[in-house]
Amino acid sequence: MSRAEALPTEQAPQAAEPPEQAVRAAEQALPTVGAGPRPRTAAGFTALFLGELALTFRRTRTIALLGILAVLPVLIGVVVKIQTGDASNGEGPAFIAQVTQNGLFLVFTALAMALPVFLPMTVGVVAGDSIAGEAATGTLRYLLVAPAGRTRLLAAKFTAGLAFCLAATMAVVLAAVATGAALFPLGEVTLLSGDTIDLGAALLRAVLVAGVVALSLSGLVAIGLFISTLTGSGIAAMATTVGLVITVQILDAFPQLHAIQPFLFTHQWMSFGDLLRQPMHWDNVLQNLGLQALYIAVFGSAAWARFTSQDITA
Amino acid sequence: MTTAPDTEQVRGRAADGGPASATAPDDVIRTSGLTKRFRSGQLAVDRLDLTVPRGSVFGFLGPNGSGKTTTIRMLMGLIAPSSGLATVLGAPMPQSVGTVLPRVGALIEGPALYGFLSGRDNLVRFDAADPTSDPRTRARRVAEALDRVGLTAAAGKKARAYSLGMKQRLGLASALLQPRELLVLDEPTNGLDPQGMREIRTLVREVAAEGTTVFLSSHLLDEIEQVCTHAAVMSRGRLVVQGTVAELAGRAQGRLVVRTPDVAKAGEVLSEHRVADLRIGEARLDGLAVVADEETLPGLCAALVAAGVRVHGFGVERGTLEDAFVALTGEGFDVAG
Repeated sequence: MSRAEALPTEQAPQAAEPPEQAVRAAEQALPTVGAGPRPRTAAGFTALFLGELALTFRRTRTIALLGILAVLPVLIGVVVKIQTGDASNGEGPAFIAQVTQNGLFLVFTALAMALPVFLPMTVGVVAGDSIAGEAATGTLRYLLVAPAGRTRLLAAKFTAGLAFCLAATMAVVLAAVATGAALFPLGEVTLLSGDTIDLGAALLRAVLVAGVVALSLSGLVAIGLFISTLTGSGIAAMATTVGLVITVQILDAFPQLHAIQPFLFTHQWMSFGDLLRQPMHWDNVLQNLGLQALYIAVFGSAAWARFTSQDITA
Repeated sequence: MTTAPDTEQVRGRAADGGPASATAPDDVIRTSGLTKRFRSGQLAVDRLDLTVPRGSVFGFLGPNGSGKTTTIRMLMGLIAPSSGLATVLGAPMPQSVGTVLPRVGALIEGPALYGFLSGRDNLVRFDAADPTSDPRTRARRVAEALDRVGLTAAAGKKARAYSLGMKQRLGLASALLQPRELLVLDEPTNGLDPQGMREIRTLVREVAAEGTTVFLSSHLLDEIEQVCTHAAVMSRGRLVVQGTVAELAGRAQGRLVVRTPDVAKAGEVLSEHRVADLRIGEARLDGLAVVADEETLPGLCAALVAAGVRVHGFGVERGTLEDAFVALTGEGFDVAG
């Protein structure tokens, strides 16, 4: 109370003298350590974001999840190879038939298979655990008294979640490229529209598709983050987030629910296939990205509102 | 000394109305009417008026469940008060968390660590959370903090392999990553062996000697008595008393102790001389003597000798904080609130 009035008088000598002397004088005057507030620095501010990334990717759990995602394309590649070796009545999902012609199509096949279940599951684990996991171990209180700042911590967690989406997608893509190159011929790629592009252009398309797939998962990161602020148990938050992904996809499958389906965050996930046409068909992709942005805005705000006003008793 | 002047030495609940307000700018922590009622309806902290002077080692005492940790969480901005004000380093909490907390080191309800990180990396992580800490000096400060708590040798080990004592030390190290104006330690010796407790207390004294104000919560009276200059006692969410440790211990009246084989006869003599609350033990008896002047004690001793009591020992034992606590709350100390 009266402390606030006393502050200016304490700062006054610092203004008059060179800073170093003032600090020393202040230390002598008061038997105290630490001379008032230290300034915030840009490097200090970003340190938490970098630390969060390092922490995410140093966990055995994260590495294991990425490992599982990387095994998926290998399995698909091997199965397709064996299948076509036996008998070649080559029917199957849209992309699979193409894989035997060109190994690069394994990328799209693997992404199409990983996107409904495996990718969101791993993202759900990472995003769901983000705040709740820290609360469960008690490290949350130490981060907050450091003080990390609640908004900054939430932003760092969200950034790390997005980075994980990208890493997860890249794990699938890279494993698929490697497997595809090892088991099948590479070369000119025939697109879904029938046009042919060369391998370099096709690789660029693969990178573009990977980026779009990673961004498709960003809405889920925001949802997971919000759920994570609701509970003190990491497992509960992970299970809820993954459960939500499955529920939403089931809802998306009922034709009777077509009125709400455009608003489900999984609805346009498969639109990345439109980028494999010549010319690229962007409508659904942009709709998907817009929907993800909407989810980030809504659930990001909800997470922020909840987290910044929450009593941390864990 | 009689009871009445003793009680007046101690500043009671209405502390900030008294002489404390004159020293207000130097109070590191001040709360007025601080109250926390949880959504469950439980009243954890009830109209708390606490004043922690700068430079003190302040013992925050109370049984488990008396509201100490809830108070600390409010002071650290982790939970919002239901009503009342909390001021730390001159700024209101939880609004000023960002400017106040970089100058405060805290150990709250035991250490919490990332088990999959080494001790050193845990400190790096917590240090990186503070936006005012300089990344260029981080490695050096982490090494110094580890050295200070004696963990240098175990710094590379995964924290999950640490013993409770080592975790506690690492928690302390993270509170000491920067020069701090205030160190808040919630039960810092919990779960430590006697040697570990002694080391932590030595560290607390060292830190205090450097000018850091230490706010130490404990349910161990002798701990407070050994390291603290000031103390406050909580019971069931309310502040019972606060003052210097000497004042508080002074509240407990000294007891006259007589060592003699003739306890029965000595008891008769002492009760004749208005020594109250006599407790007769084996070759020892004690009671509350009303010490009116310089002559009271010698007079008592002479009376005992005159009555033929073989006096082996005669003296007044100073009251302990525990006596004071029992006198104040009328309850045993380890009763949960």
